[in-house]
Amino acid sequence: MGTLPLSGVRIADFTGVWAGSYLTMLLGDLGAEVIKIENPYVLQPSTRGQAHPPEAILEVRSAMGAGYPNLKLGSRPWNYCPTFVQLFRNKKSFTVDYRRPEGLDILARLVAKSDVFVENSAAGTMERLGIDYDWLRDKREDIVALRMPAYGSSGPYRDARAFGYHMEAVIGHTLLRSDPDLDPSETSLSLAGDFLAGTNAALAIMVALWHRDRTGRGQLIEMSQAENATGMIAPALMQYALNRTEPPISGNRSIYGHAPQGVYPCRPVGPTEEAGDRWIAISVITDREWLALREAMGDPEWALVPELDTPQGRVSQHDFLDKQLGAWTARFDDYALFHRLQAAGVPSAPVLEASRVFDDPHIQAREMYEAKDIQDDVGTFRYMAPFYNFPETPVRFFQAPVAFGEHNEYVYKELLGMSDDEFERLRADGHIREEFDESVP
Amino acid sequence: MPGPLDSVTVLDLTQYVAGPYATKLLADYGADVIKVERPGGDPARALPPFQDDDPDPEKSGTFFFLNSNKRSFVLDLKAEGAPEILGRLLRIADVVVESFRPGTLDRLGVGWDFIHAREPSLSLVSITNFGQTGPYRDYRGTDLTLFGFGGELFSQGVSERAPVKLYGSAALVQSGGAAATAVMAALMIGAKQGIGQQVDISITDTHLGGADRRHATVMGAEYAGLKSPRFPRGAQQLAMGIHPCADGYVEMGSADRLDRLADMLGHPDWIRDPKWQDPRARGDPDAIEEFNAHLLEWLMQRGKREVWAEARRAKVMCGPLFTVREIFEDPHFRESGFWQKISHAVMGEVEMPGHPFTMHDSPVEWRCPAPLLGEHSAEILGELGYDHAETDELVARGVVGVQ
Repeated sequence: MGTLPLSGVRIADFTGVWAGSYLTMLLGDLGAEVIKIENPYVLQPSTRGQAHPPEAILEVRSAMGAGYPNLKLGSRPWNYCPTFVQLFRNKKSFTVDYRRPEGLDILARLVAKSDVFVENSAAGTMERLGIDYDWLRDKREDIVALRMPAYGSSGPYRDARAFGYHMEAVIGHTLLRSDPDLDPSETSLSLAGDFLAGTNAALAIMVALWHRDRTGRGQLIEMSQAENATGMIAPALMQYALNRTEPPISGNRSIYGHAPQGVYPCRPVGPTEEAGDRWIAISVITDREWLALREAMGDPEWALVPELDTPQGRVSQHDFLDKQLGAWTARFDDYALFHRLQAAGVPSAPVLEASRVFDDPHIQAREMYEAKDIQDDVGTFRYMAPFYNFPETPVRFFQAPVAFGEHNEYVYKELLGMSDDEFERLRADGHIREEFDESVP
Repeated sequence: MPGPLDSVTVLDLTQYVAGPYATKLLADYGADVIKVERPGGDPARALPPFQDDDPDPEKSGTFFFLNSNKRSFVLDLKAEGAPEILGRLLRIADVVVESFRPGTLDRLGVGWDFIHAREPSLSLVSITNFGQTGPYRDYRGTDLTLFGFGGELFSQGVSERAPVKLYGSAALVQSGGAAATAVMAALMIGAKQGIGQQVDISITDTHLGGADRRHATVMGAEYAGLKSPRFPRGAQQLAMGIHPCADGYVEMGSADRLDRLADMLGHPDWIRDPKWQDPRARGDPDAIEEFNAHLLEWLMQRGKREVWAEARRAKVMCGPLFTVREIFEDPHFRESGFWQKISHAVMGEVEMPGHPFTMHDSPVEWRCPAPLLGEHSAEILGELGYDHAETDELVARGVVGVQ
């Protein structure tokens, strides 16, 4: 057995929100020692939820926002906010009030012992703290530093505040993925860009470490998250670039002229508002798959017309196909239909509501979730595991989602070499804490 | 020096979208990506949009984007003699990537055992729909079906309708990004430790384990038994979501900072009402309707660019919904150098979205557009040690295709 590719690499992790937290989680999976830099007096927006959320938040009943363990806020809600907690595996956490000079000095000592510094703050935040690339390089000459402002480090949009869904609006994705006959204001949000920002920034850091190994030099990497997200809509941008025409809003249909493709109803098990609605996604690419689908349906008369033998013909009859297919699929349970269609060779899958992932035999076989206890006594729950499968250098889920300040002792004493007295003094001064200050919302 | 990966050779047996996107990222960082195409080419060459809507395999904008900076080598893996050529390719490769269905390479006699016996320190990264193991390993999948199964499709859209996907192949591109980190990891392990292994990347797993909402909806279900249905049409949140303005739409998102929103709106009297500070206002439909009506009045007097400029000044979360044309022409992205002009032998000068990273010590250099089918076959055979006569023979027998 060998070691993980990033073992020996230490990441000083100043990131927040999803893109940044995801990116450092991937690096932690791949063996880096990721140390989350947290501040008891500063709530990083959208990183651990609110420090002191009102009880009323539980009444929202949103899984993502209000699904705290057993619907209780508990004593340290920032350690298990459902919106964020899954992105904290395989990391360490320590606290310091880096706004104070002695705190900034502690951060400097951590940077000196780190290979990578990564942040995704809004433009200007780091500069106000006095932490720029020159400062980082002064502490560690070969540091790899990555910053990922929404729209890059220069130009008119540099200072724009944005979450992933704002960037997706700006690059054109939001208008493209509407339901074609609904008003654009009815388009639900997507944070697809956070996913791609995380993976691609993780890659950039690995590439920079590769470069450092060869040259001995670190560097500053700047990424525009909006530009990065355009990879997801490249065909639309290429259409405009090549032909100066705008693609139509495609809903669930193929932009490549494959048909039929859609999300079709299956037999419901409960009301829609309780997520009891059931759907199957069907996506026919080839003529052979169309014949397979036709046969699976029992070759109904409506499907035998010669016009439907070609992709062009099926595209031209897509509304009709959707209606007929939907009438047929509605008679089946989603999983039964899924296995039947796959056995016939038709690309398809049930559209799984999140709570159903635990029951799927394939997902179970792939061991995508692992039961863990976190530092707080909220109970044992299943958390998502790394998606990497390297048989000779196994990627493990070794650290449960990290609690705020869980590794204070390790970072201050072992890593930075502070004495027990210094540790206690810094604790008394409020740098070392396991909870947010009462002043933090 | 074309980029930080200029000493790396990637043997790329992937096709369509996810795999090629992963290797494109490496190619754009300077790696020499040898794209092995079957006779007739990567099926992505048949994907629109086409220049002038002409379905020529050299005019696909989708293929063009996904295969920049690569070299094309047409090899019929089914032909007699193909394993010998592949064996020589393995010798110069630092990592191999493939996206065939599980077992396909084994059936062709060039699977993991073949690779590992020849080059023990070389890794193979396999990118598939459902992975190399598990009951669905042989199941078919597309962007829509895999995102429906592994990603957050269920809660996208409105409750009165079916769930609605992301645009185009967005979900496959995301998985390609995830796979690229695995390829880089395999490369680093091979280079430093001399370990070769078959890495199993499942597109489904990358979505289950990805950062786009699924992690959070699953957690809410596990922690508290809450589900994630779609919202009904017209459901609104206070100062959040997509709102119309004078010439289009803007995405807001500022409920946490009403002080900044007040600044953006010029501190109107109505926003001073203390009732908006009550957290319950955010969940109260009457309050939401009243608040958003005030907001709408202000928005309808302004165009989306003007709204966004005011939002930027006041540090309010906001973004206009641009069309593809608007983003293409937008001065910010023009000035940032994002659009890359490339000369292509068939299409002429083409613009495409460029590299979104600036690496200050290892800048990347644009080398070439997506390759023509078989453009580099003869050149690569030469690098593998085949002479002209041997090359001619391989071409005559249909083992290798040249442009």
